[in-house]
Amino acid sequence: MKLAVASGKGGTGKSMVAANLAFTLAGTEPVTLVDCDVEEPDLHLFFPAAAVTSDVTVPVPVIDETKCQHCGLCADFCQYGALAALPDRILFFPELCHSCGGCRLVCPNDAIHEEPRRVGTLSMADPQPGLKLIWGTLDTGSPHAVPVIREAKKAAANAPVVIYDTAPGTSCPVVEALDGCDTCILVTESTPFGLHDLQLAADVAARMDIPAGIVINRSDGKDEMTLRFCADHDLDVLMTIPFSREIAAIQSRGDLLCRARPEWQKDFCSLFIKCKTLAGVGP
Amino acid sequence: MIRLAVISGKGGTGKTMVTAALAHLLKGSVVLADCDVDAANLELLLHPRLIRTDPFSGSKLAVIDPAACTQCGECKKYCRFDAIESNGGTFRISPLRCEGCGVCVHICPAAISLQPRQTGEIRSSATDRGHLVHAALVPGAGNSGLLVHAVKKTAMEGNEQCDLLLIDGPPGTGCPLISTISGTDAVLIVTEPSVSGIHDLERVVAVCRQFRPRMYIIINRFDLDTTRADAIETWCRTQGIPLLGRIPFDPAVIDAVRAGIPVTTAGPSPAAKAIQTLAAKLEQELTDLGRKR
Repeated sequence: MKLAVASGKGGTGKSMVAANLAFTLAGTEPVTLVDCDVEEPDLHLFFPAAAVTSDVTVPVPVIDETKCQHCGLCADFCQYGALAALPDRILFFPELCHSCGGCRLVCPNDAIHEEPRRVGTLSMADPQPGLKLIWGTLDTGSPHAVPVIREAKKAAANAPVVIYDTAPGTSCPVVEALDGCDTCILVTESTPFGLHDLQLAADVAARMDIPAGIVINRSDGKDEMTLRFCADHDLDVLMTIPFSREIAAIQSRGDLLCRARPEWQKDFCSLFIKCKTLAGVGP
Repeated sequence: MIRLAVISGKGGTGKTMVTAALAHLLKGSVVLADCDVDAANLELLLHPRLIRTDPFSGSKLAVIDPAACTQCGECKKYCRFDAIESNGGTFRISPLRCEGCGVCVHICPAAISLQPRQTGEIRSSATDRGHLVHAALVPGAGNSGLLVHAVKKTAMEGNEQCDLLLIDGPPGTGCPLISTISGTDAVLIVTEPSVSGIHDLERVVAVCRQFRPRMYIIINRFDLDTTRADAIETWCRTQGIPLLGRIPFDPAVIDAVRAGIPVTTAGPSPAAKAIQTLAAKLEQELTDLGRKR
């Protein structure tokens, strides 16, 4: 069972839902929680534990000046403008490179080979019995989130139950995190911003054929607009979490709702059962 | 023209709410750009009247001609993005995974070609507070950083005489954020007093330091955790970054968003008052910045 928590809009409570779900499930079965929001990974703040960290690298071209004839075929080929041919040398801009390997293939002089370049790190920890936490961290200043997400997902590939916390938005980092998931939870808040971005996130899930269910967070009871959208689009509201200063304070200090207020665990258990039904995995 | 981006690191801290209020509070002529192209919300508060749209094409898309494909599978071997799927001998490209690099075309020019694809739309609009350039990324499309760049470029073209380019930025620290802050004179970082907010603030400041815009910080919903708000204030001082203000948690903000207006035009409220105060400080800072240039 692979379950993603996504949202479109930032700050709706994705990490909160993912963390509480994982914390609760870990009491009964082994769970792997993967933080795919590698630009701003926060889950580890809620599960302090010793971590093992390794580098995430991508292959980038290195030009052998003794072989290079400055023909410029590599620069012509690169769709991303990462290589520029000057009469006497080739310039390489690593932040534009997508590591496709094409420049090496087109070089007629065998003057290009690839070397690893660090773009981020991968960390793993076992913060409590039954729970494995994996998170990717993009190096600050590096634009390439996707390779870090890919490595974090790969590290969880064989786990039976995986929960992925995704980045906000609807572009490539979200698609990379959702890819291959059985179902996803879309966390929203009942404001026009929340609804607008929920529509976009639901659209991404639909395009990827991933069944989605909704969690309304910080509800102040004025959820009519969101409920109408969900009914019109055949999206089940799986859970509604009210706004309360107490919940905000628990989150703010880095604690978990289900740890501080264990009576919430039954709600997250039932959320997971609904997700299984959505995924067609069955209880 | 001073170029100012409102950013946050962490999502949902109140960037758009603050940007819309500043659009009305800052004096002088303004051109606005919504660079949160994945989930653009500024229009929900500023009610733009659309003037024109331009298609945006980011990366290209590889397309296999089934008539010419011999199903040899060579293309699939070389694709590093797992974008080539084979189903019962038929090969096709997954548009969500294809990054348009052209390696498969190099391997098999007879059956595969790179074709342009539209991945978004750039919209130029008028608002009561000046020209707004915003965008819509096709949900699930890549290249949001390129689209951000195109939005900023469109906003600057023909608006050079404006006093201020005011940008509503994306969350995160990756490609769209870097594209947003590059070339800006100043960034206003909206944070919140929580362990996540502080952690994300530190990361986004580290990215900004590599681009050298002047940084300012404001704390939203500061009264949900005054201890952490104080910790942020101390941290700002050690970093030499001016803290321009603290906004209290205020249901008037949600009411204003639901009404589709900036909180500062919705009548007196504690949040509106705090934003007015910090906008006056920001105005002074930007004037000084403009004078120094």
